[in-house]
Amino acid sequence: MPLVSIRDVRKSFGALEVLKGVSLEVEKGDVVAIIGRSGSGKSTLLRCINGLEAYQSGAILADGIEVGGLHANLRELRRHVGMVFQQFNLFPHLTVAGNVMLAQTVVNKTPKKEAREIAAEVLAKVGLSEKMDAWPSQLSGGQQQRVAIARSLAMRPKVLLCDEITSALDPELVNEVLRVVEQLAKEGMTLILVTHEMRFARDVGTKLVFMHHGRVHEQGAPKEVFAAPKTPELQQFVGSVA
Amino acid sequence: MLYKLEFGDLLPYWDVLLQGLVFTIVLTVVSTVAGIAVGTAGASARTFGPAWLGRVVVVYVELIRNTPFIVQLFFIFFGLPAAGVTLSETTAAFIAMVINLGAYSTEIIRAGIQAIPKGHIEAGVSLAMSKWEVLRHIVLNQAFRKIYPALSSQIIIVMLGSSVVSQISAQDLTYAANFVASRNFRNFEVYLLAALAYLLLAMLTRSLLRGLGRIIFKAE
Amino acid sequence: MLKFSFWDILSNLLIATEWTIILSLIAFFCGGIVGLILLFMRTSGVKPLEWFTKSYIEFFQGTPLLMQLFLFFFGIALFGVEVSPWMAATLALTLWTSAFLTEIWRGCVESIPKGQWEASATLALTYIEQMRYVILPQAARIAIAPTVGFSVQVVKGTALASIIGFVELTKAGTMLNNATFRPFLVYSLVAAIYFCLCFPLSWFAKKLEGRLNAAR
Ligand SMILES: Nc1ncnc2c1ncn2[C@@H]1O[C@H](COP(=O)(O)OP(=O)(O)OP(=O)(O)O)[C@@H](O)[C@H]1O
Ligand SMILES: [Mg+2]
Repeated sequence: MPLVSIRDVRKSFGALEVLKGVSLEVEKGDVVAIIGRSGSGKSTLLRCINGLEAYQSGAILADGIEVGGLHANLRELRRHVGMVFQQFNLFPHLTVAGNVMLAQTVVNKTPKKEAREIAAEVLAKVGLSEKMDAWPSQLSGGQQQRVAIARSLAMRPKVLLCDEITSALDPELVNEVLRVVEQLAKEGMTLILVTHEMRFARDVGTKLVFMHHGRVHEQGAPKEVFAAPKTPELQQFVGSVA
Repeated sequence: MLYKLEFGDLLPYWDVLLQGLVFTIVLTVVSTVAGIAVGTAGASARTFGPAWLGRVVVVYVELIRNTPFIVQLFFIFFGLPAAGVTLSETTAAFIAMVINLGAYSTEIIRAGIQAIPKGHIEAGVSLAMSKWEVLRHIVLNQAFRKIYPALSSQIIIVMLGSSVVSQISAQDLTYAANFVASRNFRNFEVYLLAALAYLLLAMLTRSLLRGLGRIIFKAE
Repeated sequence: MLKFSFWDILSNLLIATEWTIILSLIAFFCGGIVGLILLFMRTSGVKPLEWFTKSYIEFFQGTPLLMQLFLFFFGIALFGVEVSPWMAATLALTLWTSAFLTEIWRGCVESIPKGQWEASATLALTYIEQMRYVILPQAARIAIAPTVGFSVQVVKGTALASIIGFVELTKAGTMLNNATFRPFLVYSLVAAIYFCLCFPLSWFAKKLEGRLNAAR
């Protein structure tokens, strides 16, 4: 069974239909890169996967849990589906360690000591061991985003959603974040990333999804799709960003 | 149910209650206009006047804002006659209301004036406007636009606070309600009706002030 | 008739001030607890709860505190329960305070960026946990100044309890005035005592506000 399976999902904001029947299968270990023009519905799709947005029809199953069900167990779902945002969204009133430990202690009821050990481990993974007791405001954008990744990793998610996580960063800070994501991909983490980094999508992705006007317009293995886009829309898009 | 509500017993007193309501409305309107005038003068004096005048204004504002309205009212109505100034209950009520709203609006308007960039005032001065013209056309105009919502809320607070004037027998809505209650002993019904009248008045005032604001400050 | 010296008047007023302080503290703290519960309801996103709190706030902010005191005083009696002015006053002032605090705090909660809600939701926190661990700690920082500022309104509000016969500072003033016929002195002293209670709170609120603005 696929880890995440999206079937004919439709989503409207009022009269505006943003997702017009999206279907997508994500297997364990996949690194899915979603690309597409601004407004094509990439963020909305990602947000539907962990229940931040409700959809009107279709079905999303993540780790066996029906996301949009009337009595969807969102808490259980979100324990296994992590998300990293463009704007980091670190909790400014907590230290780096506090940010990483919060969900562990509150949701998983992990004892403080153990939670701190896990925090140390995931912070090491993103290269920020020495910042455990720093405050978010003392960190650079790239460091903050890496803490945000660690914060999600601490929950041991089965899949991690990343929505343009380098778009708010100064260009020189982009790579430190991408390297962390690449490392995660190598370790077998299932990732669904919306990204404008085409080279990263091609080199790290196992699957490329091109969204256009609320639909999956074209998908396939990244290297092949980039080398020979089938649809004129993707050809034009690849041309415009290259 | 232990008690049956009898609103019918209020009917014979509708004219008393209506008179009270009218008094409350007049009291509110008059003290709003006069209170804002006092506030404008106070805020201008505080920001642009001589230092000693500014200090007088500060003392006035802080004294009023840090004592209950009812005590201010009692002081004016009961205390001042001892100092040779005797006022009717109606006059005392009006004066107390104006003094009270005057202090609050001084503070609100002052905050509005302070939020105006210095450059605007200098620009006005450099256009050869007189001090008064700058004050009226640049400073107060902008300040009022900014603080209009805060001032509107304060007007409603003062309107509701005016129910206290019944305690010196000024014949407002609360006084009328007290009167009716003393006649037919339907305390709860009367006060519930009066409370709803105040609630309606507050909501009406709020939408009225909002509409007025749109007309006065329409996108210039 | 007894003869009252200046010191007699002052000491009697100060004794009554104790009740003004007690009533203020009870109204403020109980009102704060009720207000916190209402805040959770108001921001829960559950429509009936939101509708209830909205009407509650509309009522307590849209009617005179004096009317509320009357309604509690005469309303509870309808159920055949003996009501003391003390009981009616604490109840009315508590609920009145809670409405204003809820509204003040709601503003603070709503000023917290949406991203904080989303990030904590994504970490599987429930609404109550989000409020408890993420939103309220941040909102509290902004809420302190206006909350302290509102405490001044509570102290002044207790003066109305005198009207339903609760003996606190204002009522004591009225009684002393009736006994001494020195209204100018008595009400000056009453005002002065209220000022001494309220001004430090106002000053502190302003100080806090200034510090918060400077921190931004
Ligand atoms: N909360 C909302 N209410 C109304 N419309 C929305 C809302 N969120 C998104 N939209 C609209 O839905 C459409 C798709 O938005 P979405 O954020 O999914 O696009 P995107 O592909 O992520 O674009 P970008 O690359 O700019 O992030 C846009 O037209 C957007 O204006
Ligand atoms: Mg987006």
